[in-house]
Amino acid sequence: MAIRAIRKFRWVEGLFCVYKPPGVHWKLVRDRIETCRTDLTLTAGSLPPGVRLLGPGRGPTELTLSASSLAAHPLVRGPEFRRIKVGVGHRLDASSSGVLVIGVGRGNKPLNDLYQMCCTRDYTLEGEFGFATDNFSRTGRIVERSTYDHVTQDKLEKVLAMLQQANQKALLIHSNVDMRSQEAYEMAVTGELGPQGKSPPILTGLRVTGFQPPFFTLELQCLNETQRYLRKVVHEIGLELRSTASCTAVRRTRDGPFTVDQALTRGQWTAFDLLPTLLAWLSVSNVESTFDTDRPRGL
Amino acid sequence: MASSCVQQLCRRSTSHLRSKTSCVTLLYSTHVQNHVAGVRTADKTNAGGDLIIHGNHSIFHTSQRRQQVGVCYYSGYNASPLLPTEHRDTKELTDALSQIKDAQHLTETNARLDTDEAVYPSASEEITDKDASHTMVPSTLPSESSSLRDYVDESETLSKLVQLGVKLWKLEQRPNVGTMLLKLDFQTDVVPRLLFLKEMGVEDSGLAYILSDNPFILKEDLENLHARVNYLKSQKFSPETVASMVTRAPYLLNFSVKRLDNRLAFYQQQLGLNSSKTRGIVARLPRLLSGSLEPVKETLRVCKIELGFKENEIQHMVMLVPKLLTSNKRKLTQIFDYLHNTMKVQHHLIVKFPQVFNSRLLRIKERHLFLDYLGTAQYDSDQPNYISLDRLASLPDEAFCTEVASATLEDFIMFQKTM
Repeated sequence: MAIRAIRKFRWVEGLFCVYKPPGVHWKLVRDRIETCRTDLTLTAGSLPPGVRLLGPGRGPTELTLSASSLAAHPLVRGPEFRRIKVGVGHRLDASSSGVLVIGVGRGNKPLNDLYQMCCTRDYTLEGEFGFATDNFSRTGRIVERSTYDHVTQDKLEKVLAMLQQANQKALLIHSNVDMRSQEAYEMAVTGELGPQGKSPPILTGLRVTGFQPPFFTLELQCLNETQRYLRKVVHEIGLELRSTASCTAVRRTRDGPFTVDQALTRGQWTAFDLLPTLLAWLSVSNVESTFDTDRPRGL
Repeated sequence: MASSCVQQLCRRSTSHLRSKTSCVTLLYSTHVQNHVAGVRTADKTNAGGDLIIHGNHSIFHTSQRRQQVGVCYYSGYNASPLLPTEHRDTKELTDALSQIKDAQHLTETNARLDTDEAVYPSASEEITDKDASHTMVPSTLPSESSSLRDYVDESETLSKLVQLGVKLWKLEQRPNVGTMLLKLDFQTDVVPRLLFLKEMGVEDSGLAYILSDNPFILKEDLENLHARVNYLKSQKFSPETVASMVTRAPYLLNFSVKRLDNRLAFYQQQLGLNSSKTRGIVARLPRLLSGSLEPVKETLRVCKIELGFKENEIQHMVMLVPKLLTSNKRKLTQIFDYLHNTMKVQHHLIVKFPQVFNSRLLRIKERHLFLDYLGTAQYDSDQPNYISLDRLASLPDEAFCTEVASATLEDFIMFQKTM
């Protein structure tokens, strides 16, 4: 019945995150989720009132109608929900992988609020020394090759510290607050100091998690970034070290409050059991405090 | 300026017309494109000087004004920029003049009709029973609609089709199909063809599927349909096979005998198989006959040249998995590239398990990387712990994890998130 379908629709709504595999365009992921969700609303077909299926005694496929209009028949009317509104949070380009926030149906409204809010995202970058390409990743045309024997971990960490200092300055400049005011001090103490709205990409945290030359792994937190910018960061790190580097993998491990552990992989998008619950949208300040813990405190 | 020029031309031309002596020099402005004789009773203005009504004479007006004026007559005469000859021009002008007079007359009569009192009696008057039976009751059916829902109760064809299980909601989205179905008569059009399909051996569920996919079968000539079925039977397809082929490829019977013949010959020739094997392939995948042949040619070329399979290898693969012929060229090359160059699987093993081309590249990648991480990625049949390609690609996730990888599904999911 119609009521049942709407209830099913309410079940498939929500705000959740999926794991986007590398090599897949984000739009394909979004489309696939939409078809999965609409298919869920179609399960357990229901007969409209007034149509009775007679038993095998009266003929195998006879459908006798008991005086009601055929216009409401499911074969004439079609499925009740042919499309569902599925929205995507901060996008990932085709060669990156990681957490992609998806909002379905009524989940789009909190998704919109989440998108507007300036929350940081966690990335893991894998880089390789020895060559530089035109698009900063392995798929590009190699522009330069160089040696990397002189690169050590502490040299790398020095370069990262320098980068972090520059980004810290940028954070303060773009926060649009007078640095000498009490307001700025209070914001810095609570960790809210930062750009509200559009700004150039800013790395709020950066560290080395793996170093086996020529390969190295970085972990960073950033704001307003694009994946191409992150690959460029790896390229610039190579240049600072008097060598060359390019990025082999970009993986997002956290987007706002959504982490990789909560992300659903492809096999789980159709599972009826893993129904997402609508994220209760608490007051903005509450949510902000939960994931701003990695902002540097103080000046 | 143009309008005044044209006005002068008007006067000059009409005066010449009367005299019929000197030649008419009509220098057309660039805007004047057509002679249109049209008059609108309401619009007798010289607004902008565009529409010039010079008494009852012919009118030249600019193309801009043409849209505003309700043109009720179009003479179809294209103005030439050259100087027309006197003879032609005077004749056309006389024609135009007479047509103007007719048009004016028409509009006057129309106006008269509009302003007349209504001929029909008022609604509150009582009429006799005899009159009541003669009055035309306007039908509640809309004259045009975007959905078949409005007509399904009244139309016998549509309601019987719904009872059969045909998906009308899908058919009405296709252009012109809805109109076609409405115009069909159930007893003369639909019933003979349904009986024909049933005689062939198509089941009731199959009927619904065929009609949902190919409603045009209801418009095919019955003799043609019989001829095509007889042709297939003459090619030694058994009646049950023919029925199953038609059910799975509903457009099959829309093709002429010659076309079917050409296609069967094509497959026999391209694959180099004997007739019984070709029949086997076509019976298993009948849409090979109803689809386009160009992609098949392309795929065969790719297999031979790019992927480097030999003739007999291609034959073997197609015999096992006929779907290979209609698969996407890009998908084939990507999967083969990964299998051969990254996973280091040799040609002969791929030939043994062509169903690996049916699965998605991402799936093969994830599973291979998982096995690689566990250290159990062994695809050489001579070595111990050999994993066959069909088990790698075709098993569902749970079965793959427990049997092939000896790990849990959660581990596999966690691994997928590290890629």
